[in-house]
Formats: sequence, structure tokens, C-alpha cells
Amino acid sequence: MGTATVPSGAPASRRSTIIEWLTTTDHKKIGVMYIVTAFVFFMFGGVLALAIRTELAVPGLQFVDQAVYNQLFGMHAVMMIFLFVMPMTTGLANYIVPLQLGAADMAFPRINALSYWMLVMGAILIVSAFAFGGAPTGWTLYVPLSTNTDFTPMTGVDLLLLGLVVLGFSSIFGAINFIVTIFKMRAPGMGLMRMPMFCWTSLVTSVLLLFSLPVIAAGLIMIFIDRNYGGGFFDPALGGSPVLWQHIFWFFGHPEVYILILPAFGVISEIIPVFSRKPLFGYKAFVLATAAIGALGFTVWAHHMFATGAVYLPFFAFFTFLIAVPTGVKFFNWLATMWGGHLRFDTPMLYAVGFIALFLIGGLDGAFLAVVPFDFMVHSTYWVVSHIHYVLVAGAVFAIFASLFYWFPKMSGRRLDERLGKIQFWILFIGTNLAFFPQHMLGLDGMIRRISDYSGNAGWTELNFLSTVGAFMIAFSVLPFLWNVFITLRKPMEHESDPWDGNSLEWATTSPPPPWNFDSLPEIRSERPLFDQKYPGVGHGPTPEPAPETEGAAS
Amino acid sequence: MTVNTEALDQQMPEEEIASGHDAKRGGMDPALLGMMLFIASEVMFFAALFAAYFNARATLPVFPPEGTEFLTPWGLPLIGTIILIISSFTMQWGTSRIRQGDRTGLNRAVAVTLVLGIIFLGIQAYDYYVLITHDDFGIDSGVYGTLFYTMTGFHGAHVLGGVIGLAVILSRGIAGQFTKQHHVAVESVHYYWHFVDVVWILLFLTIYVVK
Repeated sequence: MGTATVPSGAPASRRSTIIEWLTTTDHKKIGVMYIVTAFVFFMFGGVLALAIRTELAVPGLQFVDQAVYNQLFGMHAVMMIFLFVMPMTTGLANYIVPLQLGAADMAFPRINALSYWMLVMGAILIVSAFAFGGAPTGWTLYVPLSTNTDFTPMTGVDLLLLGLVVLGFSSIFGAINFIVTIFKMRAPGMGLMRMPMFCWTSLVTSVLLLFSLPVIAAGLIMIFIDRNYGGGFFDPALGGSPVLWQHIFWFFGHPEVYILILPAFGVISEIIPVFSRKPLFGYKAFVLATAAIGALGFTVWAHHMFATGAVYLPFFAFFTFLIAVPTGVKFFNWLATMWGGHLRFDTPMLYAVGFIALFLIGGLDGAFLAVVPFDFMVHSTYWVVSHIHYVLVAGAVFAIFASLFYWFPKMSGRRLDERLGKIQFWILFIGTNLAFFPQHMLGLDGMIRRISDYSGNAGWTELNFLSTVGAFMIAFSVLPFLWNVFITLRKPMEHESDPWDGNSLEWATTSPPPPWNFDSLPEIRSERPLFDQKYPGVGHGPTPEPAPETEGAAS
Repeated sequence: MTVNTEALDQQMPEEEIASGHDAKRGGMDPALLGMMLFIASEVMFFAALFAAYFNARATLPVFPPEGTEFLTPWGLPLIGTIILIISSFTMQWGTSRIRQGDRTGLNRAVAVTLVLGIIFLGIQAYDYYVLITHDDFGIDSGVYGTLFYTMTGFHGAHVLGGVIGLAVILSRGIAGQFTKQHHVAVESVHYYWHFVDVVWILLFLTIYVVK
């Protein structure tokens, strides 16, 4: 009892190690498998993006033909959204949330493993679409392109549909698991309002998944029936309605963007206080803002459909603007947390600050799109492409790298190299802006998205070339990261349990944690239980033994 | 100050301790909460199908389309509805039996519910057979046919899922695995079965009665 042992004995054989990983129900191992799988698809999707940008670098069709190009941009989006960002944030939450709650595992460890293996099945189905004619439908699968087999006769589209349904069920089971874990597995003393912010954003994300994914699953099945069994859901000739698909898709699609970004908000809210040496400013406001973003996420889907003329514009424009309020609350909270703090710019913090700066641009782009007349102008142009990439690359990807640098020591027992991390950050930071800022101008200039070619006299050549250079810089920035992980894993373990002087419970156990997670837990009196334990009399911890009247003691 | 987890049992009242998978916090059992959340997501799945139905109902000039007068609630659909509603009561009866520790009562009630569920599926299959062969009404007979078969078909698939759940409950019940305190699987399946029943009542009213 009380001996913080790290199970270190060398595995009996390579074969038993493999079987152990394939059959594990340990949330930490499943989390790592999620993260590795997601990173593989990050690189796969990135290669597709490079092919797109290579084709668009100069006017003319030099690199791929149009049929291939049509597959590229859809598959790029599907992979980055469903096979990279979602599994990556799920994997991080899988590893971190039970630790932050002080739990031994998820509520349903075997369903957790099932979720992961369903992700693998769905990924295999989606990738196999390439071998069956591809899926040139875009990730939005708009009808009648996706339903009419005269336009898309290939089996690849059906495989994509099935793969997405399987991924949907994987995420629904995952969401149920997270919600039950958060409500039922918290350590003694950890009330809901003492949960770390990453757990809160995971909870709201899970609720969004739970209510939006079944809708898209139904929609995907409807497309499948229309394609294969002569159904008429979306076929006007049979009495169906094409706009119905857009409603179903975006009823899922808009909560989906919060599913992608809320975990990123959570990660940033974990990192900023630790590296500012201050508590998170306005914890309760932050919780409410997270819940508000989740709730409002279900009221704005038709702002993707302004140009159809089939939706009530003032309602959806108003609610879209309204979302800027809780998001603004978060921004002010992050800035107020940093204000007057003792800032340390280690790589996780660098990424977090980069996130705040660039996500602001992405958010403002989005607020522009809520203006209906402006939206009519830039609908389906590169403005929208620029917006989603500022939100998902400068937002989600920056936050994912921040969290990988932040939690890598916990997962592996070793810190990633700071110098390589900073080099990577600056390449990625410059590359992101170079790739996506020119796309604003292209969009305003009228360049439509999803086109494989443009005229040399359109005046778009220089901006497109800049964007391509930026895309290659983003791709290049992954190399220092891979090298960093490679050399770090070859170093001996440092076993630092708390390398960043953290606040939450994941730092209260060894690095890496034992399979049972905790030998003992600190008392939980605030959302920073470990801080309270390490600095008695400063936070909410008990006053030190000699009991001097500390002035800084918050009640 | 560090509190050893072994010491927690003495320091904290038992219901406040969430140790490992036991989650002795009181309130709903984790598995039951998981089933409730799953049902919540299923509600959204059927909501999407109902949305498609009402969209067609609002946009088609004539609804239901001409030539579909053979879809009447009286006859097989009504018999199926009554059977499913009765099965909800038998399921509830079985659950209340095991809540009082009566294992035999549970097994009898679950067996009756299982049989009723299978009869419902049989009626539905026969109804499909008649509609397709006699009335020439298939999934490709316009959006109305697509909606009819998709909605009732997915409901049937959920009844099948419930029947499988009931079969598991029955075999575990015969093996004597449930007690007054430990029967969370029975509670979960009974919620699911009621949910399937409620969906059918809504489907029956929407598709057959109101139209």
C-alpha cells in the first residue's frame, strides 16, 4: 500500500504484447490506439490535401484529372473530420477524462473497446471506397449527386455511406460511455462544478454526438435506400425532396463542428491556467458558455442553407450571431487567465496562444457568414474554405498538438523535445496562415470551391500559389513532430509524474499511470485538487500544520 | 494531504464513494443510465424518419397518394398494435415480479412477452407479403412506399433487437441469475421494450390512422 510502483517488467514476448493490445479494455491503451489511428489518417488526409493544392498551384490541369480531383476533396474532408479530428479528441478524452475524474477506467470498458474497433471497421470501409470507384460526392454527400446512380454509379459511394454509419455508431457508443463515466465515476468530493474543463467539454461534446449522429445515420440510410432499392426520399420525381437531405445533413453537420472544436476549447482551458500559474478565470461562466454553445449548436443548422431560399433567414442568422456571445466569453476568460499571470512559453502554451490568435480569425470569418447578404455573395467560395480551415487547422489541429505535447509525458513518461517542438510550431503557424489567409481574398474574388482548375487571367494565380506553399509547410511541420516522437521514445523514461506543475488529477499519479490509475487520491476541494495539495494555504487546500494565517488563502 | 483510498471507506459515507466500476453513489445504475442514453439517441433516429414523413406529407399535393387506400388501420395492423401493447404490460409485470424477488414470475412474464414480440414480427412479415404481392406496393412505389417500409421496417428491426434482448433475459432468468437487488439487465430491456412499443403507437397513429 502506498508504493507507487510502475509495472516495468519486460513483456514476456512480442506476441503476447500484441495480443494484449488487441484485446485490451484499458482506457489508456484504447486511448493511445485511437490517437495513433487518428494520426495515421491525419497524414493520409494530408497527402490528399497536398494533391489538391498541387493541382491548384497554377492554372491548368497538370497533376490529376477531374474525376480523381472530385474524389480527393471529398475524401480529404471525410478523413480529416471523421477519421482524424473525431478519433483524436475521442482518444485524448479516453486517456485523460477517467484520470481527471480520479476513476479507474471508463464506465463500460468493453463497450469502449467496441467503439475503437468499430472505428477501425468504418475506416476500412471508407478507405476501401478508393478501390471501388471512389466517392466523388464531397463530404456533404449532396443529393442528387449522391443518390442518382447515373451520376455516381460506383460502389465506392455505398462503402462511404456504410463506413460513416459504422463510425456513427462507434461515436454514439463512445458518447454514452463518456456521459455515464462523467456522471457515475467521479472521485469522492468531485462535484460537477469541480470537474476540470476538459471533462466539461467532453460531456457537452458527448451530448451533441448523442443527439446529432442518429439523425445523420438515418439520413445516410435514406441515401442508401434511394441508391440501391429505388427509394424516393430525395427524388422529386417520386415525391421526395432534395432540400430534406440538406436539413438532415446540417442538423448533424452544425453540431458536428462543435463536436470537433469543443474538446479543443477544453484542452486550451487546461493548458492556459497551468502555464499562466493562475486558476482559470470565470470557471462557472466557462461551464455555462460551453453548455450554451452546445445548446445553440442545434438551432443554427440552416445557416448552411441560406442560398436555398427554403429557410427562414432572420431566425437562423440571429441564432448564429448569438453563438458568438458564449464563444466571446471563452476568449475573454482565456485572456483574463493569462493577464497578470507568470507565463511560461513551453510548447503546449505556444500552441495554446497560437490557437487563441488564429481561432479568433476563424471565428470572425464565421460571424461574417452569418450576415445573410454577405453569405449570398461568398456562398460556396474559398471564403468558406478559408473559414473552416482557420477553425479546424488553426483551431482543432493546434489544440491537438498542444494536447499531445502537454500529455505526452503522462502517456509515455518522457517529455517531447522542446526545441523541435518550437521549430514545428513556427513552421505550422506560418504555413497555416500562408495556406489559408489568401483563400479569404480568393473567396471575395469569386473563386468557387471544389473546382480543379481556374483561368490564368482570373488573377488568382499568385494567391493560389502562396496557398500551396503554405500547405506544403503544414505537411513539412509534421516531420519534426514524428522525429521528435521517435527520438523521445528511445530515451529512458523520466517517470516525472507532474512535469508541468499541473492542477488536475491526471498529474497526481505516476507517468505512465498504472493499469488501476491511482494508488491514492488527493482531497478534492476545488477544480484544482493537485494544486491545493501542493500549495497548502494558497488554494482551497487545508491550511498548513503550523497554521499561520495566510493572507492569500481564498475562502 | 493525501488520503489513501483504503481509508476512504471509513471517512466517507458509503454512497459518496465511486471506486472503480462499483460506483456506489446511489441513484441510477450506470448500465441503466447507459440504456436511457441509448434510447435518447434512438429517439433522434426515429425523429429523423418522422421528419422525412411529415416533410412529404406537407409537400405532396395529395397525401396519402392515390391508389394507397389498401393501407387501413383495421385488420392486421390493429391486431399487431394490440399485441404489442399487451406485451408492454406483460414486460412490466415481469419487472415488478423480479423487483419483489419472484424469479419464476419473471421467467413466465418474459416468456409471454417474447412470444408476443415474435407474433408481432410474424404479423408484420405477413402484412409486408400481402402488400407486396397482392397490392403491388413496394419500397420503390414513390416516396410514400419508401417511407412506409423504412419506418415500419426499422421499427421491426428494433422489435427484433428487443426479442433478442428478451431471449437473453429469459435464458439468464432460467439460469437463476437475477435477484431482487441485481437485475439491471431486466430493467434495461424493459425500458427498451416500452420504448419500442411507444414508437409503434406513434407510427400506427401517424401512418395508419391520421395519414
